[in-house]
Amino acid sequence: MTIDTMPMSKALNAGLRKAMEDDPRVLLMGEDIGRLGGVFRITEHLQRDFGDRRVLDTPLAESGIVGTAIGLAMAGFRPVIEIQFDGFVFPAFDQITTQLAKLTNRHEGALSMPVVIRIPYGGHIGAVEHHQESPEAYFTHTPGLRVVSPSTPNDAYWMIQEAIRSNDPVIFLEPKSRYWQKGEVDLEASALPLHASRIVRRGSDVSLVGHGAMVTTLLQAAALAEAEGTSCEVVDVRSLSPVDYGPILDSVRSTGRMVYAQEAPGHTSVGSEIAATVMERAFYALEAPVLRVSGFDTPFPPAKLEGTYLPDADRILEAVDRSLAY
Amino acid sequence: MTPIEAPLVRVLADDGSYAPSADAERYLPLIDALTDAELEQFYRDMVVIRAIDTQATNLQRQGQLALWPPSRGQEAAQVGSARAARAHDTLFPSYREHVVTRIRGVDPLDIIRVMRGTSHGGWNPADARNGNTRIYTLVLGSQTLHAAGYAMGLSFDGRTGTGDVERDEAVVVYYGDGASSQGDVHEAMVFAASYDAPVLFFLQNNHWAISVPVETQSKVPLVGRGAGYGIPSVRVDGNDVLASYAVSRTLLDEARSGLGPRAIEAVTYRMGAHTTSDDPTKYRGSDEEQRWAQRDPIARMRAFLEGRGASASVFDDVDAEAADAAEDLRARAVTLTSPERSLIFDHVYSDPHPLMAEQKKWLNDYEASFEGSAS
Repeated sequence: MTIDTMPMSKALNAGLRKAMEDDPRVLLMGEDIGRLGGVFRITEHLQRDFGDRRVLDTPLAESGIVGTAIGLAMAGFRPVIEIQFDGFVFPAFDQITTQLAKLTNRHEGALSMPVVIRIPYGGHIGAVEHHQESPEAYFTHTPGLRVVSPSTPNDAYWMIQEAIRSNDPVIFLEPKSRYWQKGEVDLEASALPLHASRIVRRGSDVSLVGHGAMVTTLLQAAALAEAEGTSCEVVDVRSLSPVDYGPILDSVRSTGRMVYAQEAPGHTSVGSEIAATVMERAFYALEAPVLRVSGFDTPFPPAKLEGTYLPDADRILEAVDRSLAY
Repeated sequence: MTPIEAPLVRVLADDGSYAPSADAERYLPLIDALTDAELEQFYRDMVVIRAIDTQATNLQRQGQLALWPPSRGQEAAQVGSARAARAHDTLFPSYREHVVTRIRGVDPLDIIRVMRGTSHGGWNPADARNGNTRIYTLVLGSQTLHAAGYAMGLSFDGRTGTGDVERDEAVVVYYGDGASSQGDVHEAMVFAASYDAPVLFFLQNNHWAISVPVETQSKVPLVGRGAGYGIPSVRVDGNDVLASYAVSRTLLDEARSGLGPRAIEAVTYRMGAHTTSDDPTKYRGSDEEQRWAQRDPIARMRAFLEGRGASASVFDDVDAEAADAAEDLRARAVTLTSPERSLIFDHVYSDPHPLMAEQKKWLNDYEASFEGSAS
């Protein structure tokens, strides 16, 4: 077993490098990903080592990047795209939702679309407008797309490789506030398949469920709750479409209570869908309604207010208290 | 100068006489090299597809199809460009390129399948019988990016630009004057030019984006836009199959030789409706339609062939083939039935997907619950 400790940004870089070594049809496309190595340096040195025909510094045109990646996939490549920031994916929304997501279906299975779209997403970095959003529900609502989000360096390393190996388009949401968070990466054994949720902390009173950056916050909340005598289980959803309900339902059936936390607005969100499904499938196990803690149903606020907007451990604990009060 | 009045490459006059425009000179050797059989094939292509197109329009009027986008009037632009492409070239149609697809081997019934609501695709582009022809794209301009990306892939794989035009591959992408306003077309030209992608942008300016005239899409002739991207561009008389053929052949060979993308504006006219859902009498005058009827690409080519001494039997033979093709299409179209309901779930993803499996099982169980009950 080879274990390295590294931040998520380096784990993603290592995962991309491994995927490119394993398959010469993998190529990277995006704005500033070559010479600069990406604004978050996720693709650092990859153009130097693989050349400018495998790591393309594209023109500044998101629809063009996704649309030409579709053509490259038709020509047998496996493009991995970087969208520079969450709020900039929308110029490409048409190509993603009306083309990329539907082409396999329209070809009745005769065509695969192995395209990965990497999107740094979420807040907590104090950035300006359009740079801190959580667009996951737009994509989970679109049949034909797979949507995943790692929360640890180990998952980042393995999930990016599995996303690239997928024959379907994958929206790969990178919690940018966790890029610099270090963790152990096992470079030899993949821990879990791409579409698996995972119990990351055991507990008996309340299940705390979430994805991406929020998993770290849930663990903080669980630690604080423990000091007050409440035992929280934490579940990392990992795959937002499809959702692996097994571990989530197992957890809820053992605790009887669930709180879902996410940065995204709550209305018609991933948390809404998971809450509804848990209530359908584990109704008699529940001691309280499933509660959601989320960003407000507003545009992401100016950065100086993001601490008020984004769920923190205290807001999660407030929901835990409400759940326990039933 | 309005977009309609800029100079263009033309070989045949409106009356079908051989009268090359000044700009046509460099292309004439390609036309001189065409055999009688090839010239007659151009005519045959146009007449047969018009019969099929008319039949499909009738089928829609009779409630057999949900929609039909007629190609009447645009046959010469399409036949010229499609016959100019080499067999190994890949074609990306929009949704009106009925004769392009037919020339490449796609069964017109496969288009009918889409318009009758039994398929969202129609055919498999990977099947050799379909001649490297991608499926239709209804969202305007989307396919120009796919074509640019595909052409980039050809270039990255060394399948183009080796200097052997018999082997080097290229791409043709079709779009219209309305689509030319879409951002994706702009981005496709940027990408194609940036990567010297071997793609021919083939714009059919049929003058109307449903009810909006081309003058609302552009203040300059659309051919002028290519220059802004560094893409050599040529304007051709799109109702002249010979001009369309010769210019397309020349520019495609340039593109495949590694010289980068090329563009054509084929000036033509949609003689019918945009689709069977609109009514052209609400937005354009009959005087305009009559003026363009005088430039009908089929009548023009027929006059040219007659001038060369083609026998009456050639035309009789073509008419008979067209009638047969149209009748055959009707007979097969009306037998198309709903696909299996599993089609809903089976191809949303390439790899197994639990939600699809779950919902497919639910539907099957639900349907099965009615079995044996009184109807």
